[in-house]
Amino acid sequence: MFTSSMIMAILPELLLLTLGLLVLVFDLIWKKRDGRDLGWLTAGGLLFILVLSAFLAKPATSMEVFGGMLRYDMLGYVFKMLFIFGAMITSLFMMDSEKLGNRGESYILLLVATIGMNLMASAADLVMLYLAIETTSIPMYILAGFLRDDKKSTEAGLKYLLFGAMASTVMLYGFSLIFGFTGTTALAAITGFSLPLAIGVIILIMVGVAFKISLAPFHFWAPDVYEGAPTPITGFLSTASKAAGFAVLMRLFLGLFPLGSEYALMWTMIMAVLATVTMTLGNVVALSQTNIKRMLAYSSVAHAGYALVGVVSLSELGVGSVTFYLIAYVMTNLAAFGVIAAFSKIVGSDEISDYAGMSRRNYGLGLAALVAFLSLTGMPPFGGFVAKVFVFAAAVKADMIWLAVVGILNSIVGLYYYLTFLKVVYLHRMEGENEEAHPIPLSRPYAIALAVLSFAILFIGVIFGPWFNIASSAAQGLF
Amino acid sequence: MDFLSNHLLSVILFFPIFAAIVIGFLPKGEDKLVRWTALVASLVPFVLTLVLWFSFDQSMSHVFQFEENYIWYATINSNFHIGVDGISLSMVLLTTLLTPLAILASFSVKEKVKAYMMLFLFLEMGMLGVFMSMDLLIFFVFWEIGLVPMYFLINQWGSKNRNYASLKFMIYTVGGSLGLLLAIQLLGVLFGTYDIAAIREGWTALSGTIMGMDVATVKTVTFWAFVVAFAIKVPVWPFHTWLPDAHTEAPTAGSMILAGVLLKLGAYGFIRLVLPLYPEQSAHFAGWLAFLAVMAIVFGAFGAYGQWDFKRLVAYSSVNHMGFVLLGIAAAAKAYGTANAHIAMNGAVLQMFNHGLSAAGMFFLVGVIYERTHTRDLRKFGGLFPLVPIYGGILIFTSMASLGLPGLNGFVSEFLVVRGAWGELAGYTAAGMLGLLFTGAYILKGVKNVLHGPMNEDWAHGEHKLTEINTREIVVMVPLMALMLSLGIWPSWLLTVINNAVTALF
Amino acid sequence: MTFPILSVIIFSPLVGALIILMMPADRKTEIRVVALMTAVFALVLSLWLYLSYDQVAAGYQFIEKYDWMPSFGISLHLGVDGISTPLVLLTGVVMFTGVIISWGIEDRPREFFAFLFLLASGVFGVFVALDLFMLFFFYEIAVFPMYLLIAIWGWVKTREYAAMKLTLYLFIGSVVALIGALAMYFNSGFGTFDMLILETANFSPEFQKIWFLPVFLGFAVLGGIWPFHNWSPDGHVAAPTAVSMFHAGVLMKLGAFAALRVGIMLLPEGAKFWAPLILILATVNVVYGAFIAMIQTDLKYMIGFSSVSHMGLVMLGFATLTPDGMTGAGVQMFSHGVMTALFFAAVGMIYDRAHTRQIPELGGMMKALPWVGYTFIVGGLVSMGMPGFSGFVAEFPIFMGVWQVKPWVATLAVISIVITAAYIMLAIRRVFFGEMPKEFEGHITPIKTIDKVALGLLSGLMIALGVFPGIMVPMVESGVENVLRLLGGA
Repeated sequence: MFTSSMIMAILPELLLLTLGLLVLVFDLIWKKRDGRDLGWLTAGGLLFILVLSAFLAKPATSMEVFGGMLRYDMLGYVFKMLFIFGAMITSLFMMDSEKLGNRGESYILLLVATIGMNLMASAADLVMLYLAIETTSIPMYILAGFLRDDKKSTEAGLKYLLFGAMASTVMLYGFSLIFGFTGTTALAAITGFSLPLAIGVIILIMVGVAFKISLAPFHFWAPDVYEGAPTPITGFLSTASKAAGFAVLMRLFLGLFPLGSEYALMWTMIMAVLATVTMTLGNVVALSQTNIKRMLAYSSVAHAGYALVGVVSLSELGVGSVTFYLIAYVMTNLAAFGVIAAFSKIVGSDEISDYAGMSRRNYGLGLAALVAFLSLTGMPPFGGFVAKVFVFAAAVKADMIWLAVVGILNSIVGLYYYLTFLKVVYLHRMEGENEEAHPIPLSRPYAIALAVLSFAILFIGVIFGPWFNIASSAAQGLF
Repeated sequence: MDFLSNHLLSVILFFPIFAAIVIGFLPKGEDKLVRWTALVASLVPFVLTLVLWFSFDQSMSHVFQFEENYIWYATINSNFHIGVDGISLSMVLLTTLLTPLAILASFSVKEKVKAYMMLFLFLEMGMLGVFMSMDLLIFFVFWEIGLVPMYFLINQWGSKNRNYASLKFMIYTVGGSLGLLLAIQLLGVLFGTYDIAAIREGWTALSGTIMGMDVATVKTVTFWAFVVAFAIKVPVWPFHTWLPDAHTEAPTAGSMILAGVLLKLGAYGFIRLVLPLYPEQSAHFAGWLAFLAVMAIVFGAFGAYGQWDFKRLVAYSSVNHMGFVLLGIAAAAKAYGTANAHIAMNGAVLQMFNHGLSAAGMFFLVGVIYERTHTRDLRKFGGLFPLVPIYGGILIFTSMASLGLPGLNGFVSEFLVVRGAWGELAGYTAAGMLGLLFTGAYILKGVKNVLHGPMNEDWAHGEHKLTEINTREIVVMVPLMALMLSLGIWPSWLLTVINNAVTALF
Repeated sequence: MTFPILSVIIFSPLVGALIILMMPADRKTEIRVVALMTAVFALVLSLWLYLSYDQVAAGYQFIEKYDWMPSFGISLHLGVDGISTPLVLLTGVVMFTGVIISWGIEDRPREFFAFLFLLASGVFGVFVALDLFMLFFFYEIAVFPMYLLIAIWGWVKTREYAAMKLTLYLFIGSVVALIGALAMYFNSGFGTFDMLILETANFSPEFQKIWFLPVFLGFAVLGGIWPFHNWSPDGHVAAPTAVSMFHAGVLMKLGAFAALRVGIMLLPEGAKFWAPLILILATVNVVYGAFIAMIQTDLKYMIGFSSVSHMGLVMLGFATLTPDGMTGAGVQMFSHGVMTALFFAAVGMIYDRAHTRQIPELGGMMKALPWVGYTFIVGGLVSMGMPGFSGFVAEFPIFMGVWQVKPWVATLAVISIVITAAYIMLAIRRVFFGEMPKEFEGHITPIKTIDKVALGLLSGLMIALGVFPGIMVPMVESGVENVLRLLGGA
């Protein structure tokens, strides 16, 4: 009944579930403890899962399992590893946050969300997809609003819930239309749409997906939610959750409208326009932000736009470049939010101006910020550079040079505000210029996480060959 | 010794710079050591030049001798190619003769002596290089190099208005040489080499079109480019306006070299480059050149006559005398190959040499009186002869040479020029005689106001009492006077060398 | 196994940077010593490279090739030819003298040297890269440290503005060129970024005509081509001394060099088509730069605009597409690099003592700082193209090249010589001679021995090259021959 490939297909999820139960039990029985223990447990467990899955759960070929519910292929595999890694880092960041770190619920919710993302990445059926999306979203709603005493956090959670619920409802309606007109919910089998239906379906589904990825014009929730949610959660939300959305996008639309079909061109143009609007909006509004979390929120919106440029090219290169972009982006944005989390924990502020002299207050934190933000800008030798080059290359290859140009112009805008932040960190001084008296101590989990991320960003940026090959192999699964 | 005889010119050329570097390493504050080292170092090229002179085959003075040719800038085919013929040898002699004298004259310089001497020696190298070069690019290199030390000499050790004068000098000359630079670039591009002889052959044989323009037009334009650059140096009216300021503001020895040698660079450029490369254009425009020359003679004389600053008077006298050089050149250009041309050219070259001597002498004498009285205003002097009889005698002697008194060198060269030019450019020559008249006028004015008339009591007594010319200063003047006399009485020792070259080349 | 000298040259500054980053902040002397050792190491290697380059064999030497991403045809392909070898040496020299000049930096020398070496790595990488992707990779690495270096250690008044302007300009230029490079990659059909292979790609003339301009101009922005030069003077002035030395001395050469490597060598037909335009733009650089330099009162701005003018000569030489012009341009890159490094070093020394760079406010510096004065004069003479110095050796062939293409341009461009002479001599006179203003009495301390070493090295190189052109020109010539072969012997 259960073949080995079926087990392997959901091995990560099974392990995650086990870990979640373990955390739950630990939380219940082991009362007197240092608040970090659960965090170490979660992180360690995730590391173990990551390594184990990386070796065991690698698919040999693409196949469908569980009666067509899940697809066991490289794309799913790669994304799953990414999500688990993201969750691991997030749990390290969560450890020191008083409200989050002490409670087992937060880790469990994190793990459940990760399971949901894994399923999102490998869903081959509309119903499965919807289930997975909800499994991801609901814990995230809770986590966003976790800080009950903080007005902003509650607002974030509620806003996220409302927006998310509405978006997924609309998407569900789209799914129901598909089922109604084709009689199946299996992604692979859906073909043969008439034009008006196709447009309608695209729009409906895009609402849901765009919300998840925070594409314009469905990005409005992002700044408030990112700002209000606890920073480690924001990190996870902005990276893994978004990546999951992209996985869905790619599967869905390349499955529904493969290259060469009549609608490919139309949907390409829609994507291109969306990407343009998203990039531009995200970058331009980020320029005027004074709160770093909001700035990064808009920056995340912009990055979704950049990644979308790669999707547009509808080729293996395109999907491969998007995957690589997401890998680099996850590392980079997690690092950025990690720096912010570490900083605000001590200083208690998210205003950019309060970051003045940060590099003098903690040398390593300054360097980490440098790495993260320069990678966000797209500078070598960091991962962001290679990611951007390949995404734009995909656009050039698809003869959409104008899109690459737009992307580049946007990168320039991004350069401006990222560098401005770095300027504040490195150049500006605190009042009274006595930074030595106000150091920002970095706790061990943060130090480990940031070190790992910085190294990863550099590694991906310099030795990018093997990583891009992994991304390409993920892409192959779709064609 | 073999090295020396094979590389005589290079040694003469580069010895000054080596000496300058050695001086650079001498301990600070040892001014006396620096001065004497510089003097001895400058005598070495002079002695070697004498060796050169006596080894030179005077009968073959139109042929370049002691040639040396080394690859320098292979990419653009410019070689370090040097050699002397009769004309350039006389100029080399002038340079190596005047430099030690000028250095000796500079013994009274008290400030930054080391830098001064180094610059002087550097300058000597630049001037020698121009005279010796047989490669157009090397010519230009040394031409420009000479500017830098002169600029600093004027700027650092000059008198009140030196900033203005030095900058004007530099900008004028650099600006003027731009045309020359462009023309040289063009020639290099056309012929793939910078060897003067090769270019001459190719250039004169050129016909048809160059870069879409008629050869004649291109030649005319480049002719004027060359002419302007050299005309500024000579200086030819109306490009002479830098000279009064530069000469006046420069330190004494600087003026000696400036008037004595640097101006000859311009004239040499005419003789070596303009006439051989552009025979038709020179002949065609000879009238223009003669006109400008006459203007220089006449206006230079008028200008000198109107001066009350002794040094400025002598400066204008340079304009006046160099006008004769150009007149001779113009005549030679017009009448290529004839006896008249040869006579005129002989006169021109000889005038270059002679004026070098007399101008150097005059400027030095002005400097002598200036050091004592700290003024150059002629009206402030008067009747100084009884106070400084030896100085007075020397001054009169040199002035007479400058004036062109028969028996002294000035007469010989001016006569030759006039004789040669009369046959070709009679009208201009006649006009030039007017200038000659005023030459006498201004020379006598200068002498009169300094030496004769009622004695200015200021200088007779007290702290401003005039001291006689001292031994060192006499030593500076004696060689000059000896040469002026010998060339006046028996010019043949120099003239033969020049003539053999001139008759063959022109 | 042959010593992978090029990789070592590229990565040694990086290693130095990493070591420095790990040192504690208060061990300033040790940090400086490590920095100096790294710089000396790079200098020695680059000198060895220069002396070992076989001018007779010519072509690309010291080749190393490591596959980086075979599926895309990206490889770490390194090699130097006759044009890039002098530039590698130049970088080594400027890096060495820059470290010496920065000895006195008190505020966070650790980060300063780390970023400076990151910059140096990027620069080395561009000069030796034979893979288009890697060229860009290193090119961008050379851009962002400039922002940090200028914004943090620069002149307080304008550093933030100048740093951002510079970074934006350079970034824009490079990404414009990047698009062109990607277009080349996809269009060639070879599926590789290897430049030696792309040289044989034979792109269609229309393709070349369209893409040459974005690629060339994109890189030439870093070379300071008019009208995209505006970042340069402000950047020069705002930057700390060593960064200005790097900026004008090396970075601007990076732009011109990349424009040559990627623009002219890979898109020769496009180059031939657009050469007249580049010629005109470069001429504007030369003349306009000189005129603007003349009216400056800030010594550093004067030198900055003079750099714009001299880089114009480089691009003028390239645009002639003739052997003479391009050889001159190659030599000019080295000559001007050394000259401007010297200028900025000298200005930095003066500013550190007098705390002003306004020419009218300075005076009499020669007595107090004779080494600075003399070497500045040497630099000034080089700047004027005075024969006997490297400037003449470089500029003369450029003009010869211009004559072969558009004679009237030569006439225009030569005007800059006299303008340069004017403002340089005036500046020298005002700053070094005359009376020293009272307020500086006692403040103008003499320079240290290592400063003298730096100044002496730079001025010595210019004199040596001026008197013996044979020590560099033939090497550049051999590299140019290869370029001309690609142009079809034009």
